[in-house]
Amino acid sequence: MSTENELDAGSNVGQDRAPGDEGGDEDRSLSAEVRGYVLGLVLAIALTIASFWAVQTHLIYGPGIPMALVALAVAQMGIHLVFFLHITTGPDNTNNVLALAFGVLIVGLVVFGSVWVMAHLNHNMVPMDELMRMQR
Amino acid sequence: MTALALTAGAAGTDHAGATGHGAGGPAPKRIIVGYGFWIFLLSDVIMFSAFFATYAVLASNTAGGPSARQLFDLRNTALETACLLASSFTCGMASLAVGQRSMRWTQLTLLVTGLLGAGFLALEFREFAGLLARGAGPSRSAFLSAFFTLVGCHGLHVTAGLLWLGTMMAQFLAKGFRQDIRLRFLCFSLFWHALDIIWVAIFSLVYLVGTIL
Repeated sequence: MSTENELDAGSNVGQDRAPGDEGGDEDRSLSAEVRGYVLGLVLAIALTIASFWAVQTHLIYGPGIPMALVALAVAQMGIHLVFFLHITTGPDNTNNVLALAFGVLIVGLVVFGSVWVMAHLNHNMVPMDELMRMQR
Repeated sequence: MTALALTAGAAGTDHAGATGHGAGGPAPKRIIVGYGFWIFLLSDVIMFSAFFATYAVLASNTAGGPSARQLFDLRNTALETACLLASSFTCGMASLAVGQRSMRWTQLTLLVTGLLGAGFLALEFREFAGLLARGAGPSRSAFLSAFFTLVGCHGLHVTAGLLWLGTMMAQFLAKGFRQDIRLRFLCFSLFWHALDIIWVAIFSLVYLVGTIL
């Protein structure tokens, strides 16, 4: 049992990797791991500042700002996934990535499907005040 | 038949090349627990996506009440974002400290994580109290119902995370760096980072988009 514990503590050779676990080199030094988190933090802060800047600037074409915010948010989620949750494209991470891909698919279907259907429904529906008049 | 048995035997001994082929015996517990919790987190994200879809559909239905543009204070949102991002970072530091088996750094980084999380919650409570005081409670309009459900649900998750964090600090202190405690901590750190990812979607799509539409 104790050897098994030793094995799973850091050995990634030929194994899958749990989400959240540091990957690759077992010999990765502590300072290299800290650097990874600091890099993730710096990138996340930069993207957050860019998002807050995007709503206050006049440099971006107005109707395009929501798309810019979506792009920045997706980028920041990617940064969090890679640097904090250690979801990568490495071969030992395939299961985690596939589960994530399925989750993203369902999220996309739910959000875009709802918005799409409800927008069309709204468009085709009799306006509320007219509906009230018809019932009178 | 013999050839099949032979290949099976060869695969059985070839431990190092067994990734994804199921021939290397059961995966270590850390992989199984981490993967299972990852699946849970993804289903939690799917639940949030339903709240996001509801909010997106109802965001413009203000029923003559205040709109997002009039209600949201971006300075407060920026502070909340800073708190949660910093606490996600210190949580990462805590998992490094656990890897190093350093009790002092584990407790210190977890304490900072908890304080930043509590700061986030305090800011959110202040914001909600302010909205209620202005008569913009969840019953005012469909927009506000969806807003309070989405953001409040995230706030409830952070509250549960804080309780879990306190439990982890106590368990590390009382039981040391035992394997089962470290597995629990792996799940906690995944949970905490996932909450920050959901907050990224909330501050971008609810607060920032809300103030320009």
